[in-house]
Amino acid sequence: MADIVARNVRKIYNPDKRYPVLAIDEVSLEVRENEFVAIVGPSGCGKSTLLYMVAGFLDLTAGEIKVNGKPVEAPGPDRGIVFQHFALFPWKTVLRNVTYGLEEQKIPKAEREKIARKHIDMVKLTGFEHHYPSQLSGGMKQRVAIARTLAFDPEVLLMDEPFGALDAQTRGVMQEELLSIWSKRKKTVLFVTHDVREAVYLADRVVIMTARPGRIKEIVDTKFAGYKSTEEVLESAAFAQKTHQIWKSVREEVDKAGPLDG
Amino acid sequence: MTVRSTIVVLWRYAPIFILLAAWQMASELKFVPDSLLPSFFDVVHRWLEFLADGEIAKSGTFLWDAVRSFFASTVVTNTAASMWRGMVGLGLSIILGVTLGIAMAWFQKLRDFFEPIVMISYPIPKPALIPIFIIWLGLGHISKIAVIFAGCLIPIVISAFNGARGVDRYLIWSARNMGTREGKLLWRVVVPASLPDILSGIRMALAISFILLVSSEMLAAKSGLGFLIFFLGESGEYAGMFAAVLTITLLGFFADRAYLTIMRRILIWREE
Ligand SMILES: Nc1ncnc2c1ncn2[C@@H]1O[C@H](COP(=O)(O)OP(=O)(O)OP(=O)(O)O)[C@@H](O)[C@H]1O
Ligand SMILES: [Mg+2]
Repeated sequence: MADIVARNVRKIYNPDKRYPVLAIDEVSLEVRENEFVAIVGPSGCGKSTLLYMVAGFLDLTAGEIKVNGKPVEAPGPDRGIVFQHFALFPWKTVLRNVTYGLEEQKIPKAEREKIARKHIDMVKLTGFEHHYPSQLSGGMKQRVAIARTLAFDPEVLLMDEPFGALDAQTRGVMQEELLSIWSKRKKTVLFVTHDVREAVYLADRVVIMTARPGRIKEIVDTKFAGYKSTEEVLESAAFAQKTHQIWKSVREEVDKAGPLDG
Repeated sequence: MTVRSTIVVLWRYAPIFILLAAWQMASELKFVPDSLLPSFFDVVHRWLEFLADGEIAKSGTFLWDAVRSFFASTVVTNTAASMWRGMVGLGLSIILGVTLGIAMAWFQKLRDFFEPIVMISYPIPKPALIPIFIIWLGLGHISKIAVIFAGCLIPIVISAFNGARGVDRYLIWSARNMGTREGKLLWRVVVPASLPDILSGIRMALAISFILLVSSEMLAAKSGLGFLIFFLGESGEYAGMFAAVLTITLLGFFADRAYLTIMRRILIWREE
């Protein structure tokens, strides 16, 4: 159980060198306990940077970030991250990658293997337990990365385009799994994506960021109450309207970013 | 080994057999005088003699005497002396080199101190150290071990340093995210992630160790394959000299093959 509060956060990369980059400026955001917040914005606007600061990997240039009321000082397993580029340990098998976090938490061997296998099964990779990451496709690696982070059951989930490498069908299945875990185990989720539909469908609120330097442009409520099924939500006019609104807003920023330099 | 794989291996090394046959032919047809290049068969013959010349006090038990004689033979005693020096020198340089290289990558203070030392040592032609170590440490095992240690150390330090420096920071972040403490990061992430670099640095050091081994033994020693080459050459025993060269060649070849096999097994996780 944890909430995230960011106040006037600014991040400058390489401030003392010749080409400092102002990646993030004046970002203030509150994510409530058990809330699912998605972040969308043009490439290079600082979404990953923001996640890394919440995770405690990067120092802030200004401002502060509190998780659970305490300022973030170092990384820790209370905030599990799924990296955009997976960051699996290439020398460990799928199973050992997934048990790693559990091992660090001193969970007995038999139990951590059971938990790991459950999560490997959840991401549909049963049969690949003893493969190394180099033997997997991009989408399979991404699913291992998701299983690995979910396995140690962090209170806060920081997900950086976690479904980016998946085909539409697998992505749909993973979205369902994530929602079911989120509702069962009650987690606070900060979820970066390029897919506006995905953001609107999964999140309670969607944060739209401006082109670099990343600021918060607007925050849109995307909770859909009173629908009987997922399909009904996805086919509703309200869903289409929100998606379109956010899509247009992001598009403006992409255009502002000018030539597609990433 | 199946018949099939034996044939594959033989076929792969066929060019070597052709070369040996050409060598033998050249001698048979008197293209080259024996004093410059003894025939291949003479060399092999001499080599077998060296293998059987172990002098021991006979105990009367045939098998036991054969074994003891084998271990007392010229080939085996000198090979053992060389291998002992090489393995100790290389082993010590691996232990210290890997530790120092990784520590330099991890601790800024150590890097500041050792980097200039490593940089100045790198271009020294390592055989130039041989006379110095002989003056300091004499003609026995220790001077050769020291030369090999010194010559192998720098490439291992550099490869371990580069490996540890180049560790993907996301892997380190990933471990810290899952609860790995600062003190354990080295062992859990940095060492395994830099293993490919470390192991190829050691392979380079293995080759260097052979060069230094033979040249230091040729310069000053009372045993070892390098000594044998030099001694037999000086006394005009060319077939014997070639037999010693042949031994060191085979030793080097099998050492590298064995190392490569082990390395592949350790790095099985790497992509093809
Ligand atoms: N290590 C770094 N050093 C210097 N500048 C960096 C570094 N990492 C990122 N940046 C800069 O910060 C900006 C934000 O990068 P970030 O990776 O957070 O963007 P992003 O929104 O995650 O982009 P994408 O959607 O493409 O993943 C980029 O424009 C980049 O120029
Ligand atoms: Mg990113």
